[in-house]
Amino acid sequence: MWDYTDKVKDYFFNPVNAGVLEHANAVGEVGAISCGDALKLMMRVNPETEVIEAAKFQTFGCGSAIASSSALTEIVLGKTLEEALRISNQDIADFLGGLPPEKMHCSVMGYEALQAAVADYRGVEWRDDHEEGALVCKCFGVDEGMIERAVRSNKLTTPEQITHYTKAGGGCLTCFEGIEAVLARVNEEMVAEGLISFDEAYRVGAMDARTMKQKTRPKGAETPNVEPKPIIALADLERAAAGTIVLERPIEAPPAPAATAPRLTTIQKIKLIEETLASIRPYLKLDGGDCELIDVDGNNVVVKLSGACVGCQQASLTINGVQEKLIAATGLPLRVVPVK
Amino acid sequence: MTTPVYLDNNATTRCDEAVVEAMLPFFTEQFGNPSSMHAFGARVGGAVKSARAQLQSLLGAEFDHEIVFTAGGTESDNMAILSALEISPDRDEIITSAVEHPAVLSLCGHLEKTRGIKVHVIPVDGRGLLDIAAYRAALSEKTAIVSIMWANNETGTIFPVAELAELAKEVGALFHTDAVQAVGKVPIDLKSTVIDMLSLSGHKLHGPKGIGALYVRRGTRFRSLIKGGHQERGRRAGTENTPGIVGLGKAAELAALHMADEETRVAALRDRLEKGLLQRVPNSFVTGNPAERLPNTSNIAFEYVEGEGILLLMNREGIAASSGSACTSGSLEPSHVLRAMNIPYTAAHGAIRFSFSRDNTDADVDRVLEVMPGIIEKLRALSPFWQGANEAPATFNPVYA
Repeated sequence: MWDYTDKVKDYFFNPVNAGVLEHANAVGEVGAISCGDALKLMMRVNPETEVIEAAKFQTFGCGSAIASSSALTEIVLGKTLEEALRISNQDIADFLGGLPPEKMHCSVMGYEALQAAVADYRGVEWRDDHEEGALVCKCFGVDEGMIERAVRSNKLTTPEQITHYTKAGGGCLTCFEGIEAVLARVNEEMVAEGLISFDEAYRVGAMDARTMKQKTRPKGAETPNVEPKPIIALADLERAAAGTIVLERPIEAPPAPAATAPRLTTIQKIKLIEETLASIRPYLKLDGGDCELIDVDGNNVVVKLSGACVGCQQASLTINGVQEKLIAATGLPLRVVPVK
Repeated sequence: MTTPVYLDNNATTRCDEAVVEAMLPFFTEQFGNPSSMHAFGARVGGAVKSARAQLQSLLGAEFDHEIVFTAGGTESDNMAILSALEISPDRDEIITSAVEHPAVLSLCGHLEKTRGIKVHVIPVDGRGLLDIAAYRAALSEKTAIVSIMWANNETGTIFPVAELAELAKEVGALFHTDAVQAVGKVPIDLKSTVIDMLSLSGHKLHGPKGIGALYVRRGTRFRSLIKGGHQERGRRAGTENTPGIVGLGKAAELAALHMADEETRVAALRDRLEKGLLQRVPNSFVTGNPAERLPNTSNIAFEYVEGEGILLLMNREGIAASSGSACTSGSLEPSHVLRAMNIPYTAAHGAIRFSFSRDNTDADVDRVLEVMPGIIEKLRALSPFWQGANEAPATFNPVYA
């Protein structure tokens, strides 16, 4: 059973704006070949103001496809076409309180229907230019297509770079061999196309996944200067997935750990951790979540996520974010461990 | 709150109370290792032996030692196919069907990729019947093993495995059948067939999960998959799952007792549900082969709606079933069984499998008949393909990503 948010369930069980819209002048009909779903978005646009005055949908698809479609009709209402075009699939997913990683393509379908409907209104042809693939990294919802685009546009040649650019493999790492296989295949194609040299290309088995894990999860206190890990906002990834932007570089690196961190007593350490957490909590609360400090055991910081964070698809991302903040603030190789 | 209705027994069944009762002593008082020399072990050894006899009886096997206990259907399938390849080095082809369970298909795909084994996948027709001509054509002196299921898990369609096994023997190939869905639902008499190996799983017949068995006909060459101790006469190493084995034995005994009920009362419930739904819901049809199928299974395609939505709305009414739709599987792949049968995707996505068991009652059928028409109607109102009952679908040609 999928872990749908209450909002997804609500929009599925009681969809708004379902049915045929009479006198629609902007109609988008799209489908997702990966699961066979299809969506018809109908909008009535005021020709004077270009404001979307009415929107309805018809969807052949699963619960989250129907919920995404219905949510989309609410989001676009009253917006101008220009404003509507800036809506990303992540905005649709966020509106619903998140979607399971396997179901993010439902929000992409909504995004595409909107693009197609606007193109229809303007009398231009809309062409979909993105391909999805099988889901590779379940922790962060990264599919084969996203990895391939990141590899191609940034000439990536190691699994670590893929984690830095797409976050794939940043969690449980059971997908390592999957990442490896995509990388080796795309690199091979790039060698054939003359984009990279034969020597640069990654080959399956060239790297030990265990070394990768160590770098993303510092353990020993003697190596406090962990390699800064670029963080990419999921929203950017999703825009990349929807073909709207191409990642040129890792978007933003977290602040490096304070190089000259003074040696802290246990009390000072716990106090600093508490203060740092307190500074993060308002942001979590904005999303209806919260994070409470339970214990500090050596370099393990035990926290409890509550509210909307519980069961949230992005909880692991939140934990990572909290961990980066704490490392930056204390200069210690802390590890954040969530408990239920 | 209304009583929940469970119609997903091909996924798993409720463990019978009598099974649990039989198992319980083997966690505590009867904890001995059947391999041990002392009395603790000996008593448990006796229980394993009677469980083997209970299963032998359900399968109509000639000898009790033809039963090898395993951890489930998937392990049994893997064991049978890998053993067959190992004992016949000069044969490097497998024949299977397009509608097998992933336990067989995914292993075959792996063997093709990693060991260069040639896999013949025999197609099925629109009713899910095997293409016998293609099967005959694929059989050769190169065939190490044929692995074809007794009954399909999604449609319930039964394959003529006894005849298929005879044909396999003509070329000296081993014949294995995944009978996970058939055991306990239809009578089986292995001694009157030439089937070499058969897989079954405990939790599909009101037994516990994590236990299964592989039948290996006496005299069939066999190589164990899991190496270690001498358990199961050296064919499956590892200390026996004694509570599981005892539970499976009891489940087998009960299945034999309820077989007649399964074939009459349960089949009648299924038929009444099927007929009622087809009458009440326009643009719906039965998939598979109604003439030759499991007594408990009905797979109905509701056109122009998608299965996950149906299941979510059914779940809200307390009714459990399953769907061949892409979105209900973790992989997002639509059912390979319905695709192999060439069911149009606007129907395959809305295919719902109702699978009964001896626990179901007339009230269950009434409840489903009461709520299903409304559920389908509600979703059809949202569908861009729907134009009204018995009308051609709307002209709707989305751009596919």
